[in-house]
Amino acid sequence: MIRIKDAFNGKKAFIPFITGGDPDLETTGKLLTAMQEAGADLIEIGIPFSDPIAEGPVIQEADERALKAGCTTDGLLDLVKSLKDKLTVPVVFMTYVNPIFSYGTDRFLERCADAGICGIIVPDVPFEERDEIAGSCREHGIELVSMIAPTSENRIRSIAKEAEGFLYCVSSLGVTGVRQEISTDVGSMIKTAKEVSDIPCAVGFGISTPTQAHDMAKVSDGAITGSAIVKIIAEHGRDCVPYVSDYVRSMKEAVIKAS
Amino acid sequence: MEKPGRFGPYGGQYITETLMNAVMELDEAYNKYKDDPQFKEELKALYRDYAGRPSLLTFAEKMTADLGGAKIYLKREDLNHTGSHKINNCLGQVLLAKKMGKTRIIAETGAGQHGVATATVCALLGMECEIFMGRLDTQRQALNVYRMELLGAKVHPVDSGTATLKDAVNETMREWTRRIKDTHYCLGSVMGPHPFPTMVRDFQKIIGEEIKDQLQKAEGRLPDAVLACVGGGSNAMGAFYDFIGDESVELIGCEAAGKGADTPETAATIATGRVGIFHGMKSLFCQDEYGQIAPVYSISAGLDYPGIGPEHAELYRSGRAKYVPVTDEEAVEAFEYLSATEGIIPAIESAHAVSYAMKLAPKMGKDKILVVNISGRGDKDVAAIARYRGRDIHD
Repeated sequence: MIRIKDAFNGKKAFIPFITGGDPDLETTGKLLTAMQEAGADLIEIGIPFSDPIAEGPVIQEADERALKAGCTTDGLLDLVKSLKDKLTVPVVFMTYVNPIFSYGTDRFLERCADAGICGIIVPDVPFEERDEIAGSCREHGIELVSMIAPTSENRIRSIAKEAEGFLYCVSSLGVTGVRQEISTDVGSMIKTAKEVSDIPCAVGFGISTPTQAHDMAKVSDGAITGSAIVKIIAEHGRDCVPYVSDYVRSMKEAVIKAS
Repeated sequence: MEKPGRFGPYGGQYITETLMNAVMELDEAYNKYKDDPQFKEELKALYRDYAGRPSLLTFAEKMTADLGGAKIYLKREDLNHTGSHKINNCLGQVLLAKKMGKTRIIAETGAGQHGVATATVCALLGMECEIFMGRLDTQRQALNVYRMELLGAKVHPVDSGTATLKDAVNETMREWTRRIKDTHYCLGSVMGPHPFPTMVRDFQKIIGEEIKDQLQKAEGRLPDAVLACVGGGSNAMGAFYDFIGDESVELIGCEAAGKGADTPETAATIATGRVGIFHGMKSLFCQDEYGQIAPVYSISAGLDYPGIGPEHAELYRSGRAKYVPVTDEEAVEAFEYLSATEGIIPAIESAHAVSYAMKLAPKMGKDKILVVNISGRGDKDVAAIARYRGRDIHD
């Protein structure tokens, strides 16, 4: 059985994010295998939501495109399940709590496990509300990924202690999207987390260039990139696969150099 | 024991980690100041000397005679400064933010009532102010955009999603995660993550307290029913709260059914929604089978919201309050009726409650009393109602 921790096994991880169903499910399927071949260590698939409050314009628009193209939670689950044998890297879902709750939390997680999903990231379920889904996650063997942010301060230790899979370190204030520079002292956030847990820590939000990926991987266990990839998909539509592969390859090389 | 910020199964704090310390800091500050004698005195003085409280409780004599049933009283929140109940909450929150050392206020607005009230209080208390408003609403309510600018606020049109109130809330939350240290999010209704539903209700509960006091003086007793319109639900929560323990008082929330609660063009959350988790709270929401939030519609931009505050969801669940849908057409008829009958032009939002009062009063005995909360004045709606009736008038 594939586990999230396999992505960090003795190496720094590169973690790409794509919005499921953008521009269509068929392309999402091709992207998943292509990104794996290009060196992705763990893949995050966003289940599109009508009101993604943690996202900047790039991923908001991807969610809108995917929903307009008819992507549903069932459609995505079926797609991932159909690729179960081809995907050897861990795959996690990123979505908001309402699509999960509305589907039926238990039924959703059962279907995730059946499709081979290893974990879920739910940005609008903070530490205090984990009980909403944590029990069902445990029951179905799905790891619930926790997040820490530059404003977490005194909360980092309690969050890290309970964290599963990997700890998602939000690099900056604000929403997802490409940033010129990352000014937060990510290194000290991670140091605090590592004092109480040996959980792998990966950094996301605002990472778009190989240099940024290298710098962030240097102080952590991996780098996550979303908006920069979604932008390539928006630009090339169904023909995006080779462009995304090249990009993932370049980011992966930068992350390896940080090892 | 129930977790704080829970109303039965509803409420909670479903927000991003980035905002958690901000809402916890707010909760702590609110708990510290809500019983602080100096804070209470300052807020009371602002209510009295700036907002014009207490607002009147007017006996609607002609309406009562015309409908031939229960005695109808109107709670006149339309007479407050800025023309609606929104000022009560804004004075409370901005004063609190100032005590917390914040210098910048951000807020969402639908029709512009909450935006105008926020901009007004920011001008008064010397705070920087930025308002987020759906692009569509900035066009429908252009006059209110200019009004906010006149008051010194910066207005940001929001293009994402349906470009209306829910998207304005999304964008204000996003802005809050960008800049937290000096910034308070002045949420306009009894919704969002804890402590907002409780805090906003507390700043609005003066409406019901005054109703109780004023009716005691006028009639020597409690009303039999209190009616208010419900979008997010702040004026209704304010009018209901002091009566929750008075079992004999029926509490009735009037939702915007738009073109009908059985059509897709509706905003009647209780009638058509189901339990979900969105905008920081577990409550009832209009949504599709996959939990995608539904685009909603009402002639009233102030009720055009796909959810309802968690305390209302609980009042509905427990049966303490009931909620009825009122269509655009019924609300417009009530808007015209109250204007012509009592010389009071109500906000189209409040007209939803007036409409149900017109249905209910004749069924009640003459010895019964009902109170309708007129949450705002209707000047802002006159052009839109004229257009609804086929007269091409623009603001």
